[in-house]
Amino acid sequence: MNEIPRARQLRVVACHGCGLVCEDTLDESGNARCPRCGAALRRRRPDSVARAWALLIAALILYIPANALPVMYTRLFGRGGESTIMSGVIEFWRSGSYEIALVIFIASIAVPCAKFLTIGLLLTSARRRSVRAMRERARLYRLIELFGYWSMLDVAVVAIVSALVRFQALSDIEPRIGILFFGVVVILTMLSAMSFDPRLTWDGDDE
Amino acid sequence: MKTFSDLIVCEHCDSVYRRRPLAAGEAAQCGRCAAILYRARRYDVDHWLALTLAAAITFVIANVCPIIRIGFQGMRNDATLWDSASALAQGPITIIAAPFALSIIVLPCAQIGLLAWVLVYARAGRRAPGFAPAMRALAALRPWSMVEVCLLGILVAVVKLSHFLQVAPGAGFWAMAGLMVLITLIANRDVHRLWELTEPRPPLGAEE
Ligand SMILES: [Zn+2]
Ligand SMILES: [Zn+2]
Repeated sequence: MNEIPRARQLRVVACHGCGLVCEDTLDESGNARCPRCGAALRRRRPDSVARAWALLIAALILYIPANALPVMYTRLFGRGGESTIMSGVIEFWRSGSYEIALVIFIASIAVPCAKFLTIGLLLTSARRRSVRAMRERARLYRLIELFGYWSMLDVAVVAIVSALVRFQALSDIEPRIGILFFGVVVILTMLSAMSFDPRLTWDGDDE
Repeated sequence: MKTFSDLIVCEHCDSVYRRRPLAAGEAAQCGRCAAILYRARRYDVDHWLALTLAAAITFVIANVCPIIRIGFQGMRNDATLWDSASALAQGPITIIAAPFALSIIVLPCAQIGLLAWVLVYARAGRRAPGFAPAMRALAALRPWSMVEVCLLGILVAVVKLSHFLQVAPGAGFWAMAGLMVLITLIANRDVHRLWELTEPRPPLGAEE
């Protein structure tokens, strides 16, 4: 289909560690190491699809407590209350900080959901060796690699706010267990995206 | 084993290309998946090392100076990054202090240290002792270093608290902003071109 040669056609393999292009002797020897950096040479990331699925599903399951459980406890001037991620967004919106509400909504709700869908889509179409919209899928993968970690924003906000507000008797802000779940969800989705091998997207094009 | 230093393989789709020199500001793009293959060199090893040292200084300022100043009914509270991390460590969910401190204090520090180490040797065209593990660590750390996320987090925190307290960013905040820019300049994806820069040259006349 495409005249640009791929590594397997030229019998070469690029080192995942340092990028050096080496002769592909994996068929004969089974395992080979990069002569420059010593990393094991591999054509694809090992168990890419299975690992990415496992991490993605774990993230999806933990996303439920991350949203349902409170992420922060706030006590100001004697009034105390717990808030979840969504109620935090609503509070910002009500108080008139629309931009901040939007930023947190995008970072904590839109980006993780988009990530679940994107990784799921990449994985299923790679398994079916689909040849549809390959360029677009490659772009999607690079997008989630680029923006995925911004979901950590809420963890940073809770951490900073609760570390800063320490006026003993008057006010207190404490993190709650939900933020821990949320942080783990973000880490798992990042690991899932890293486990997925973007080269798989193009493997349906080989024949 | 044969190696081909004149070839480059797109790490997103396995397309193979022959390397060619680029003009300043140019980038080579993959014709199959449109990923960036490599960029023209923006600065040499000396500049790179100078930027790394600048990053080290900004890092120290960001850690020593208060990032935020809070006032409330005559009380004042200046908080540095270390205060924030240690306050978290004493709180009810101690464990979230660990990733927080890791992603904004420990990892940038490790990145700057490792880069300075390999660059000092790279100036002499040599590979530092422990070059391969250092390069592997730099690649592995990059996605987890989150100075920019923390910076936006501080801004959100300022807005959130400004409804009932006097809050202002301190010198540490501006140092962090500088650190964010410097880290993206020095520890980006292009780090692995250090492998090419420190490639031992064959002795003169030995080329075929
Ligand atoms: Zn290598
Ligand atoms: Zn490509």
